[in-house]
Amino acid sequence: MSSSNRHVLPGFHSSLGFTLVYLGLLVLVPLVACFSKAFTLTWSEFWAAAWTPRAVAAYKFTLGASIASSLVSIVIGFVVAWVLVRYEFPGKRLFDALVDLPFALPTAVAGLVYSTLYVPNGWLGQFLVPLGIEAAYSRLAVVLVLTFLGVPFVIRALEPVLESFEADAEEAAYLLGANRLQTFLRVILPAMIPAVITGFSLSLARGIGEYGSVVFVSGNMPFKTEIAPVLIVAQLEEFHYAEATAIAVMLLAMSFALLVAINLLERWSKRFYA
Amino acid sequence: MHNAPLTVVTRATSGHAVARRDHAWIRWGLILFAVGSLTLLIVVPVVNVFYQALAPGLRAYIDNLVRDPDTLHAIGLTLIIAPVAVIANLVFGIAAAWAIARFKFPGRSLLTALVDLPFSVSPVVAGLMLVLLFGMQGHFGPWLREHGVSIIFAWPGLILATTFVTLPFIARELIPVMEAIGSDEEVAAVSLGASGWQMLWRITLPNVKWGLLYGVILCNARAMGEFGAVYVVSGHIAGRTDTMPLRVEKLFQEYNNPASFAVASLLTLLALVTLVLKVVVARKTRRDLEEAARESAPTGGA
Repeated sequence: MSSSNRHVLPGFHSSLGFTLVYLGLLVLVPLVACFSKAFTLTWSEFWAAAWTPRAVAAYKFTLGASIASSLVSIVIGFVVAWVLVRYEFPGKRLFDALVDLPFALPTAVAGLVYSTLYVPNGWLGQFLVPLGIEAAYSRLAVVLVLTFLGVPFVIRALEPVLESFEADAEEAAYLLGANRLQTFLRVILPAMIPAVITGFSLSLARGIGEYGSVVFVSGNMPFKTEIAPVLIVAQLEEFHYAEATAIAVMLLAMSFALLVAINLLERWSKRFYA
Repeated sequence: MHNAPLTVVTRATSGHAVARRDHAWIRWGLILFAVGSLTLLIVVPVVNVFYQALAPGLRAYIDNLVRDPDTLHAIGLTLIIAPVAVIANLVFGIAAAWAIARFKFPGRSLLTALVDLPFSVSPVVAGLMLVLLFGMQGHFGPWLREHGVSIIFAWPGLILATTFVTLPFIARELIPVMEAIGSDEEVAAVSLGASGWQMLWRITLPNVKWGLLYGVILCNARAMGEFGAVYVVSGHIAGRTDTMPLRVEKLFQEYNNPASFAVASLLTLLALVTLVLKVVVARKTRRDLEEAARESAPTGGA
């Protein structure tokens, strides 16, 4: 794969040209349309639309629920990845395949079923609601369904790293007298950090933009359980295009800023821990 | 200690076993926690979908699906929109992977990032962008109306929204597979006089076919299940612009839970079939990559 390929293999200009035109029409033109709509507002109009108390509450909840669910996903995902890579148990293959289900299951189905499992007479709600755990139409419900969506990202990011982890390091730690916990904390865990960050960021990015499942489970109460994408739709349905666009630009800025931050963090952690 | 027969890297030997062995109670505790979490998060919801769909009886279940013309229309619409989006992204994926995996050019990593961009755009925002372009208030809305073309609240908008959201899937799968397989066979074919298309059909595509199929399966699952982006552009006209996931939501809003779960059960079946195909195809892709690695190893390629 060298630059001399261009003189040997055909199709460089046509494939690149097609790729650029396709991306341009489908991705860049709509993005530009969104930002140019936002730029028709003056600075103060933009802030008045994007920074209402209701919108700020929605940003906070979107970010908070995504971070909380990604943290839970890391804990669950780490254990599941560890168990799938290191241990044998009956049904392992089945569970390994099921890990990917949240990727394949339409989010509307996830939202539908999560919204009925945790109501007082639901399969799980009948045990949880008497204990005071309200996991339907609440903030907890949003965190829960985002965890469902986020956990496979963490598991699939960690698995290959755990799989290729050199046994030598663990053996050396053992021979030098470290116990399992010390070995785990000082040898294994540091090597996992970059993959943990990758899984966390993928889960977070998914959570921030998610709409389909959350709209079913959250109850969508302004100031309480309303996420930013739901607010965008609410504004659109009232034909408030400028407000919807301003909130969308904030959401895009949030996603892109996260993307850049996490890219830098990943690079740094790879250099630091590698 | 056992090692999974499928893992590519098998290192555990008896020498390492002592150093890597965990206490039985830790092992079983962790297994219990993992299986318990996956059961609560994934297995119980899936079983519940079918339980709720079939709760009113098989007869009512089938009636919920085939007696409602709006539901039938939604199923048909999804079966048309998803393949169109998948085919568009398949052509794009092959072109993008060829350009990115086979050539070096300035802006290559930027282009790769751009391919992934739709993953970091909220589906709702994707739908909004299309409304801002083609809706009545949008840049091209008035012009389209004069010419009698409707994109928003019509099937072209649904296709555009679905294509946007699923754009990266196939390219993302193909790029690493093409890079790993390398260009030796293609260079040989071309130097022996094959045309570009001959090389594509006889060498490139057969080499990457499993990776390609893997991408298509994932892309299709997402295309059929897409909710947020199509929700914004569809206008929810029953019997006209409702796809299956939108139909699930509408029936749920109408407090018709059995019908909603009946449609949801079809989508869940789709997800389960997707998983089975994925496992099969992933195994074949891995075999292809291992073969490629073995072949290039002696010459120091890799």
